[in-house]
Formats: sequence, C-alpha cells, structure tokens
Amino acid sequence: MIKAILIFNNHGKPRMSKFYEHYTEDTEQQIIRETFHLVSKRDENVCNFLEGGLLIGGSENKLIYRHYATLYFVFCVDSSESELGILDLIQVFVETLDKCFENVCELDLIFHLDKVHNILAEMVMGGMVLETNMSEIITQVEAQGKMEKSETLTLLFICQSMRQSQASRFSSKIS
Amino acid sequence: MPAPIRLRELIRTIRTARTQAEEREMIQKECAAIRSSFREEDNTYRCRNVAKLLYMHMLGYPAHFGQLECLKLIASQKFTDKRIGYLGAMLLLDERQDVHLLMTNCIKNDLNHSTQYVQGLALCTLGCMGSSEMCRDLAGEVEKLLKTSNSYLRKKAALCAVHVIRKVPELMEMFLPATKNLLSEKNHGEILHTSVVLLTEMCERSPDMLSHFRKLVPQLVRILKNLIMSGYSPEHDVSGISDPFLQVRILRLLRILGKGDDDSSEAMNDILAQVATNTETSKNVGNAILYETVLTIMDIKSESGLRVLAINILGRFLLNNDKNIRYVALTSLLKTVQTDHNAVQRHRSTIVDCLKDLDVSIKRRAMELSFALVNGNNIRGMMKELLYFLDSCDPDFKADCASGIFLAAEKYAPSKRWHIDTIMRVLTTAGSYVRDDSVPNLIQLITNSVEMHAYTVQRLYKALLDDISQQPLVQVASWCIGEYGDLLVSGQCEEEEPIQVNDLYVLDVLEGLLVSNLSTPVTRGYSLTAIMKLSTRFSSLNRIKKVVSIYGSSIDVELQQRAVEYNALFKKYDHMRPALLERMPIMEKTATNGPSETVQTNGETDSTILDTKHLPSISQPASQVGFLKHGFSIQTCAHFRHLNNIQPLNVIIPPMTAYNKNGLIIEFTFERSNPNPNIAVITIHATNSTEADMTEFVFQAAVPKTFQLQLLSPSSNVVPAFNQGSVTQVIRVLNPQKVRCYCEPRTHSASDLQCIQAINFYLSCVPGESNPQPCAS
Repeated sequence: MIKAILIFNNHGKPRMSKFYEHYTEDTEQQIIRETFHLVSKRDENVCNFLEGGLLIGGSENKLIYRHYATLYFVFCVDSSESELGILDLIQVFVETLDKCFENVCELDLIFHLDKVHNILAEMVMGGMVLETNMSEIITQVEAQGKMEKSETLTLLFICQSMRQSQASRFSSKIS
Repeated sequence: MPAPIRLRELIRTIRTARTQAEEREMIQKECAAIRSSFREEDNTYRCRNVAKLLYMHMLGYPAHFGQLECLKLIASQKFTDKRIGYLGAMLLLDERQDVHLLMTNCIKNDLNHSTQYVQGLALCTLGCMGSSEMCRDLAGEVEKLLKTSNSYLRKKAALCAVHVIRKVPELMEMFLPATKNLLSEKNHGEILHTSVVLLTEMCERSPDMLSHFRKLVPQLVRILKNLIMSGYSPEHDVSGISDPFLQVRILRLLRILGKGDDDSSEAMNDILAQVATNTETSKNVGNAILYETVLTIMDIKSESGLRVLAINILGRFLLNNDKNIRYVALTSLLKTVQTDHNAVQRHRSTIVDCLKDLDVSIKRRAMELSFALVNGNNIRGMMKELLYFLDSCDPDFKADCASGIFLAAEKYAPSKRWHIDTIMRVLTTAGSYVRDDSVPNLIQLITNSVEMHAYTVQRLYKALLDDISQQPLVQVASWCIGEYGDLLVSGQCEEEEPIQVNDLYVLDVLEGLLVSNLSTPVTRGYSLTAIMKLSTRFSSLNRIKKVVSIYGSSIDVELQQRAVEYNALFKKYDHMRPALLERMPIMEKTATNGPSETVQTNGETDSTILDTKHLPSISQPASQVGFLKHGFSIQTCAHFRHLNNIQPLNVIIPPMTAYNKNGLIIEFTFERSNPNPNIAVITIHATNSTEADMTEFVFQAAVPKTFQLQLLSPSSNVVPAFNQGSVTQVIRVLNPQKVRCYCEPRTHSASDLQCIQAINFYLSCVPGESNPQPCAS
C-alpha cells in the first residue's frame, strides 16, 4: 500500500501532498519536512530507496523517490509494494503530467494543483494502483475536464445573455 | 462584497511574498475573506474559495473551517463543485471528525448517478477515506458497481472493495459472487489489474478464501503467458514490455496462492522458469519483473533447479551497475539467507564488496547480510572485512556493527587470543559506540582466558596510554589493570614483547583517569577500585592510601562512599585487606543471551568475600557494611538481577555436617522462619571431641550482597572438650533472589587449634535450586 505521495522542490516547499493514511495536519507538515531532509541529503548517483523517517513509520516503510530537475517525487510505501515497480509508477506519473500539461514544469504544478490531484486520482486510489495506462488516464481526465468546461460555459452564457438583455432594455429606454 | 479572487491570483500574490511573515499575513487576510464569504452562503463562489483553501492547506495553514463547505459542494448538482468538494473531503476530512458521516448520503446518491464520472468521484472518495461505518452502509452499492459492464467503474469499484474489506473484514463474503467473473478473458488489462489486487487482498486476509481461489491458478498462468507471448501492445507497454504492472501483480498473487501448496506450485513452475529466462533485463522494468519472479520462486515449493536459477539471478543483480538493482538484490538475499544458506554463501565475496559502496542504504543491507553469512569457516576473513568496515563507516552504523561483531566473535571465535584481539580492535576503533552491557561481557571473557591475562592487560595498558576518551575501553582496561597489575609490572607476557613498566607509572595512569574530564562517574568508580586492588599487588601503599583518602570527600556520592569504605579497610580492617582484594575467580555464564553470572570457588583462587562479623543489628542488607564493592561490585551485581528463573525454596533441607576436622564438628540444621517463609534459620551446633576445650570460638559467615544475614549471639565462646556440651548459634538468612547457596568452611589460620580458631563459613550463590551443601576445604 502507498502511504503518501509527496512532491516538493529543491528547497523543501511542498508542491503537492496526498496522504492515504490519517495524520493530523501538524504531523503531515512534519512528515513533509522530515522527508525533504532525508531525501535532499542523498547524492545523485545512489539508489532511489530509503528507509522511511520516524514519523511515517520508521524502517517498515520505504521512501522511493525520483529527482527531476527542481522537483522531488517521493512515494512512501510499505513492504507489500515492489520497489522497482513503484519506481516505474513514478515514471508513468511524470510522463502523464507531461502529456497533460505539455512540457510540464514546476510552475504548472504550482498553478494547477487541482488538476494534478485529479490526474493522480485516476492513477492511485486509496493507496493502491488503479490505472497505469497513460492514454487511458489522459482520456478520462480530458473527459472530466470537458464536463467542467461545459458547465462554466453555460454559466457564462447565461450571464452574458442576461447582461445583453439588460443592455438592450437600457438602450431601448434611451432611444 | 467584491468577488473573491481566483485561485491563480492568490497563488501569484503569495509567491510575491518575500518572507514567511509576509506570506502568513497574506494568507490570514485571505482566510478572513473566505470565512466571511462562507458565512454569506454564496453558492457561485464557494467552489473557488474551497480551492484556495486547499492550496493554503497544502502550504500548512489550518483549514478546518472549510470542512462543512466541502459537504455543501458535494451536495451541489454541478460537476465542478462536486469535484472540488470531493477533493476537499479527501484532503481535509478523515474518520476522526464526526462531520464525515454526513457525506454518506451524498455518496450514496452519487454512486447511483447517471454520469459515470460522478460515480467515479464518489467511489474514489469512499475508497480513500471511508470509515468503517460508511463502508458498512455503502458496501452494497459498491458490490453492485463491481458487476457493471462499465470498465471505468468496475476497476474503481474493485479498489473501493479492497478498502472496504480492509476496514470491515467481515464484509468479505459479500464480494465473493462478484469475483467469479473477474478474471474472465474478455476483461481488459486495467480491470484485470484491479481484480488481481482485490483477489490478493482477499487471499491475504482469509485462509478460506485462499483455498477457494487456488483453483484460479491455471487461469492466472494463462493470462501471464499471453502477456509474455503477445506482441507489442502500445497502450499497456512500458519500455517494450507489455503491461509490467499487471505481470508483477499476477506474480505476487501466484506467490500467495502457491505458498505451502504443492499442486499450485507445480502448476506455476514452468511459467516462472519462462519468465525468469525470457525477460529482458536491460531496463528497470524487466528487472522489476525478474525481481518479483525471484521472490515468488523462493516462497513457493519450487523445485531445486528453479531455486538455484533464482539465486543466480540475484547474484547477477548484485553485479549490476544500477544501484537500485543491487539494493533490491541485497534485500531479497537477506530474506532467503535463512533457507538457502549455502547458495547465498557462493556470493559472499560480492556481498562483502558492497560494504565498500558509497551508498548508505546499500552499505546497511550488505552489513546485515554479512553478519547473517558468518560461520565457523569464514570467520577470520569476514571479520577482517567487518573490522575494516567498522573503521570507515558512519557513526549510525557503528553501534550495530560493533554488537554484530561481538556476537559473531562469541559464536565462532577460533581461539581465545583471536577473540581478545578482535574485541580490543573494536574497543579501540568504535569504543564509544559499543553497548553498555558489553563491558561486563568482556570482563567475564577476559577472566576466563586465564593464560591470556598477561597479554590482555599489557595490550589494554598500551591502549590506555594512547587514548582515554572511549569509556568502555577505559573501564575494561582499568578493571584488568586492577586485577592483573602484578603481571603487568613483572613483564611476564608470552604472546608479545613484554613492556617495561613499573608500578608508579601504572598508578599515574589510573590516577590520571580519576581526574580527567573525559571520565564518566562510572569510569572513575572503576579506576578507584582498581587502585585499591593494586594496594595488595604493588608496594606503594602510602601513595594509594593518599589517593583513597582524598576521594573520601569527593562530591560524587558513589566515589565518596567507595573511598570512605576503602579508607576504613586500611585503618580498621587491614588484616582482611589481602583476602578481600585477591583475584576474582572464573565466572561462568548461565545463559548466552543475558549477562548472568555465577560465582564459584575453585581450589586455588579464593573469591573475595564479604565478611560480616556478627554485628548486632543486622537485618540491614549486607551492602551497607562496606567491603562489597570490590568482589561483588556493580558490574557483577547487575548480573544477579538476571537470575530470575529460579524455583522457589520449598524443600525441607535435612541437617548436615558442615565441618568435621581436627575433632571439631559443626552441624547445621535448617528450618523456615514462621512469620516470613523466605527466611531460612540455620542453627549450628559445634562439638569438640578433643581433649582440651576450645576457647574463644568464633563463628563467622560471609554472604554475597543479595543475601541478608543475621548472626545471633552464640550460647558460649568455649566449646567444651570430650563432647560434653556444644555451642549453638542461630543464623538467619534471607535469600530474596532465591538463589542456590552452598557454604564452604574456610579456616582463617591453620595455626594452634587450641587457640583462636575462626571458621569462616562462606555462603555463595549459584542459580538453581536452593540446597545448601557442604564443600569442605
């Protein structure tokens, strides 16, 4: 089971955090800080696996991380998950983000946090891997995005038409 | 009220903050705006506000006031609202808040919604944070969705079912009928994946399910075969291998199904061999599958050829350049080393090389594995490597490595000298990191290697000259110098070139320890006792007396007590001093785990004893009557604590003759004291069959610290001749540890029988029963 998925930058600022186990808000922030502390100490050419910090379950849980440019993607898993498999999962996740955002960079994650959560929700649910097929994930995400857009468009259209009718009444009053 | 700002604006504003205080200020202002907007029950902008709240929550600011708003969003009809509402629920709510139960109804409705994405949202939320009550209420809906033909919903329902089973295991049976079709051929990859996860969860939780699902093994094997054999499938492929995640999952399920079951294991053998040989190992993906295959082979009842294949794959992994692969190889070898010890031994040299790796995680794994591989044959070579590792590793490792080395050395030491050398090496390199209980263990080991005493004390002395900062080393060294100081100055060492040192230098070193700032109070105690012991071995009595008296006014209570007692020993009990400060006897270990020791006397070496003359008010523990610090000092007393598996004293001890020599017969009779059955009352009868009276007969008894002894007044001092009468004296012994005791008479002086004959009885303790037995000298 995946216990937590964290994305933070080289200075430790969290860019996305999702916990699949219950922790208080304070503990969550402490976990993020502790994980950053552990992961940032690592050299570039060592293996991508670490024992988990004390707050997140100690040596029973492992931290599997990947460092892309300015961002760390960290998955905290317990012993039932295959380490190499999770490494591949991180790769799939990042590639999906890349496809959805077109050359994703840190700013994209900053300004579209909800979208990142939606993509992740299609991949991992309740700490378990739901879907690993990139095109399938993207299809679903796009379909849901379309639904949202159509709702906001209808709203805009209604507002627009209301304003237009108001304007026409006004102009008719003047003329 | 102006429209609340959009999320993007908020983020932009927060990013312009230059200090933490500025950021906090902005966020507080925005929170206030959001709170007032919530109070106005503004439907249009609620979604935006909650999105902003979630962003602030991620940065670490409190956002609990948004929980109810999330619920309102969930209840809304718009998809956008629902989406943010469910996301907020997952991030802000959990089963500890009562509010979450209000969601149940909304989720129930949404699970039956017409739009699949809304159903999907509901399933997702339930699967992430559903509490047991919610799961119980909604399990029926989930089960219905598990049977739907919509693949998007089916896979989500499968994982949701897993969560339900985790929270409420009793509901597992409910999902059983739905699982019938899960593995059928027409299912696509995604559904297979989540179905396998569901099956895995059910098998892990219940042995009945496990046997029920064993019949699925052929189907699983078939699916796996198709995956391997099938051509390039662009959707499910990662780096050229088709659906590796599904392969890994199936392998794991096969592992669970095949464990302990011959038939299933046999059905899997072929496919496992096929996967193991055909998978491409150039990319991480292939290695992930191979790794899972190896774990499965090791767990099920596979044939031996397959097991050897598996271990060879692991060996190949060890040589791989990729650190991740080496790490997982070491982890799996650690799991298999118990069962396939010999096969793993073949790769010992590679594992030992991994100790030199730069990566901390790999080093730790390699260290654990190396300790598991140590045996009688390779102990010398391995120990060399491990000691080298101890020198160069990080401080986090040193404690574990040192304890591991001690354990391995104890089990497999080829010779005593080697053992002592190894321990010396550990003490000098990692001395401050060894565990506290290694000091008594070491002392016990040194005492037992009688022939090595001179060599040991010489080496320890030399080590002490170099470095006095490592407390365990200093403690052991000062103890040894105290015990074997005479061997040190006499230059008797056979194993090594003897060093020339005279007693003044030795005393200098020990006094240096006492005053040094690096010494802990425990170490100071050791050195003071060592100096005291040297008073019988060296001739510089005055100097020692001076040192001891100085510390009689030390601030440290422990040191002060020792010094005062030793002073008293010099002044009033000087005749007892040599006897007290003699060499310690060989100590034996009773258990290999705990450092419990017993004290036995053997012929030549008399143990140091606690002499208690009959002091009137003695129901105080013997500890308060000085002299105990030496023989049964702190380190050995700690061991008496561990003697706790003793049978209670409930046998009646028959009377016995304790001493029968030179016409003097002393008999003991035993009984239990009535008010307190723990107290044994020993009555001695002394009779004299010689022709002359024995005058000034004095009976003395000495006991270890754990005993309490009370000697009542004898009936008379004179034992009349010709057995005309007897002297009786009552001794009350309290033995709270219920250790075995036996007594040994010792004549204090073998001189004139007619004159003072002090017969010292010595009650020692041996764990076990409590039968006193005489042991005449």
